[in-house]
Amino acid sequence: MGNPIIFLLLAIVAIGSAIGMLTSHNAVHSALYLVLNFATIGVFYIVLNAPFIAMVQITVYAGAIMVLFLFVIMLLGAEQLRGVTDVHGGERFHRAVAGLLAAVLLLSSALLLFQSETPAATAPMLDTSPTALGLHLFSGYVFPFEVTGLLLLVSMIGVFIFGKTKKRGKDA
Amino acid sequence: MPEVTIDWYIALSVILFTIGSLGVLLRRNAIIIFMSVEMMLNSANLAFVAFARYLGDLDGQVLVFFVITVAAAEVAVGLALIVAIFRTKKSINIDDMNLLKG
Repeated sequence: MGNPIIFLLLAIVAIGSAIGMLTSHNAVHSALYLVLNFATIGVFYIVLNAPFIAMVQITVYAGAIMVLFLFVIMLLGAEQLRGVTDVHGGERFHRAVAGLLAAVLLLSSALLLFQSETPAATAPMLDTSPTALGLHLFSGYVFPFEVTGLLLLVSMIGVFIFGKTKKRGKDA
Repeated sequence: MPEVTIDWYIALSVILFTIGSLGVLLRRNAIIIFMSVEMMLNSANLAFVAFARYLGDLDGQVLVFFVITVAAAEVAVGLALIVAIFRTKKSINIDDMNLLKG
């Protein structure tokens, strides 16, 4: 499942950009770090023999979704959002609890990984061309596909309503 | 040289998921919380694709396809919500969103 050196380099970039997103104070920098993270995961998809998913990742995630994020950040002028409200006294305690929870999650999953004995042999390479993926999608997943279309319609109507009530409120 | 197994990908996925959940817990900017949620979804997608490669099964990739669609819909609705909240409260700090608190 790929060359270990390439894996480690890509993993370092992915984790580094994720930590950069978590720690940078400027929201635009966070968004750009996240674009880098998504692109790295797209490269992982190519390594994992999923070229179509990789292209969807780049166009939909790194392209459309992140452009939407950047647009909203710049529309609201929310680049620098520091403590608008007072920092309450329990802040340090909350951070410690969050760190503890993260450590428990990491440790328990590491324990599970070390205990499991997965055979190293992987299945033979599948045909993962868009044609094969589309045939698979439309032979076994027609109903979920329809539901997804309905979901997109409903979310579009929801966004229209969110945008519209504001205008009506302003007029009234 | 060690061979890259499914465990490596699961470990990377877990690390990215943990960083994303830390972002949700620690940050106060609602947009950055949304971005962290996206990163958690992405780490789950990475595990899906790794398992699809490992098991030689296309179902994992089809599921990733659905997850990406749902994430796109979620981002559109969520950002519209954030813009609506910003218009009324002039802030997207989640500490200011306490009207339901009583």
